[in-house]
Amino acid sequence: MSGAASPTLEVRNLRTHFFTRAGVVKAVDDVSFTVPRGKVLGLVGESGSGKSVTGFSIIGLVDPPGRVVSGEILFQGRDLTRLSEEEMRDLRGNRIAMIFQDPMMTLNPVLRIDTQMIETVLAHARVSREEARQRARDALGMVGIPSPEERLHAYPHQFSGGMRQRVAIAIALLHRPDLIIADEPTTALDVTIQGQILAEVQKLSATTGTALIWITHDLSVVAGLADEIAVMYAGRIVERGPVAEVLDRPLHPYTVGLIGSVPSRNRRGEPLRQIPGMTPSLLNLPPGCAFRARCPRADEACRAEPPMRELLPGREARCFRPHLEAAAETAA
Amino acid sequence: MSAAALDTARPAATAAPPMVELRGVSRRFEKRLDLAGKLARRLGLPVREEVVHAVDGVDLAIRRGEVVGLVGESGCGKSTLGRMVAGILPPSAGTILRDGRDITTLPPAEARAVKLRTQMIFQDPYASLNPRMKVADIVGEAPLVHGIVTRAEFDAYVDEQLRRAGLDPAFKRRYPHQFSGGQRQRIGIARALAVKPDFLVCDEAVAALDVSIQAQILNLFMRLRRELDLTYLFISHDLGVVEHLSDRVVIMYLGRVLEEAPAEEVFRRPNHPYTRSLLAAVPRIEARKRAFSAVQGEIPSPLHPPPGCHFHPRCPHATERCRVERPRLREIAPGHRSACHLNDALA
Repeated sequence: MSGAASPTLEVRNLRTHFFTRAGVVKAVDDVSFTVPRGKVLGLVGESGSGKSVTGFSIIGLVDPPGRVVSGEILFQGRDLTRLSEEEMRDLRGNRIAMIFQDPMMTLNPVLRIDTQMIETVLAHARVSREEARQRARDALGMVGIPSPEERLHAYPHQFSGGMRQRVAIAIALLHRPDLIIADEPTTALDVTIQGQILAEVQKLSATTGTALIWITHDLSVVAGLADEIAVMYAGRIVERGPVAEVLDRPLHPYTVGLIGSVPSRNRRGEPLRQIPGMTPSLLNLPPGCAFRARCPRADEACRAEPPMRELLPGREARCFRPHLEAAAETAA
Repeated sequence: MSAAALDTARPAATAAPPMVELRGVSRRFEKRLDLAGKLARRLGLPVREEVVHAVDGVDLAIRRGEVVGLVGESGCGKSTLGRMVAGILPPSAGTILRDGRDITTLPPAEARAVKLRTQMIFQDPYASLNPRMKVADIVGEAPLVHGIVTRAEFDAYVDEQLRRAGLDPAFKRRYPHQFSGGQRQRIGIARALAVKPDFLVCDEAVAALDVSIQAQILNLFMRLRRELDLTYLFISHDLGVVEHLSDRVVIMYLGRVLEEAPAEEVFRRPNHPYTRSLLAAVPRIEARKRAFSAVQGEIPSPLHPPPGCHFHPRCPHATERCRVERPRLREIAPGHRSACHLNDALA
């Protein structure tokens, strides 16, 4: 057991809805999870599943017409949904940082790297410019940027895509945050560069105790990186558990389908197990289980809304017809 | 291993020339000096015209019925190579043979027929379909223009093409923006197949799709291959996809082919240090909480590639020879070619 220490982040029944002219889009609908100190949560889902909006909700960057309508986001015991914008700004970039898929969301193209990094340091710390510069240099070194002193003078366009993402990560690390939310940060990068960044991030979370939420559509990245995995579908977490158990013995039919879709798991040349149909529009979700129409196991029971239930020790899923028999088989 | 594929490939391999063959194919892109650049040069400043060797002396043969996977990271020249194979970009040097004949010397009518038999599927299903055309016209225009189908048969023909690509013909009066990414990719596939090609060049054709949709499209590619006896050049950065689909795999780095072998061989016994580091870097779903290892350094700029073996600055085994001499791609086992000096040292 992790003892009495409270987790870095605990999200309870979070709902973030977008009030559009076409109707209410329930982008995040009743999502709960915890991330202990120094642990990595892999938040996995396809486009439109609500994984990014979950990240934006935590850091308080949901723009109208979207808003967090209910739920609690407990960061070290404090409910972020009750904080004023000023209090939130004090945490953001300081105790909680976010890394985006496109590093140019973080970087200002017309400012030198040192200007941007020193500004970030001074925004939250009372230190001299010289010390701020020193911290910026150290952060660049930490993410594996060669000759950081010289690179401080460069502009973002003078970096390659992989290097830019490192700079964005370095900025996120400036204040040694307690929580980092990484939204598909390596999706646009080449595999060898992705490998380098994953190696850095892994080292950092292990050495600094930073809790990490890694948002991705790629199960393979999460397989090697995360401690826990949460699978999202149509705004809800449909399955949650330790990464090895979820990937070896998925309970929810959607997770089963998702894992079956990954080419490497299948035998070469044979048809991939595919999930029929496509993700439903969040505007008019059918009542009951949102996956029902695509699910090979769905029946009458699934017309009702499945609650999140603990089906095995430490394993939760939102399903009336989970793959429990398969789990028993493999366990035996 | 798909036995059917081998059966179709074998007679062709022994008797006929390869379906597509590249001999010493290169493609350079030049950046000419603008006025300011020319003035600066006249004033004695060290300004030069810049030349990128996007593809540098590639030999490659694709046999009938085969799926060849072309793998590499961004900027390695895989898309440029694909475009040359598809005939939409002329090479700067070297020859491309189709069924043993140089495509640049064919009479015009035949050249057009050859071009029609090679079709390309693009990465971005949002950018590769004309947003102002209805699906029926996107799919049916080319067959109509090329006389494959008459006006009278048009509707039935388009329906058949859509159905084959897994689309409901009832939607053919719609515009591309009314479809999801996966459906758009199916439209692109229906369009390519409508002119009855025997060879498809797929450039990152599933890269923009979600995993579950990607599986649907990959299954479609495999089914169409069986049904229509298609040959594929499948360009991808995703080694998992390539491993699943390909009979043979070609690895490119900075414009050159570094290794080429049957798919199973590449993944089981990679020879080139770059291939090995690439395979090590790929995240695997089978992997559990592990330490990610990393290849050192970044891909050098193709404007100023390193001399000798392009990979030597990042290679853990590089020797003096690798810094000066370009390694030749040579056979190290039956059907397995690799461009690495280390193989000489072992021999």
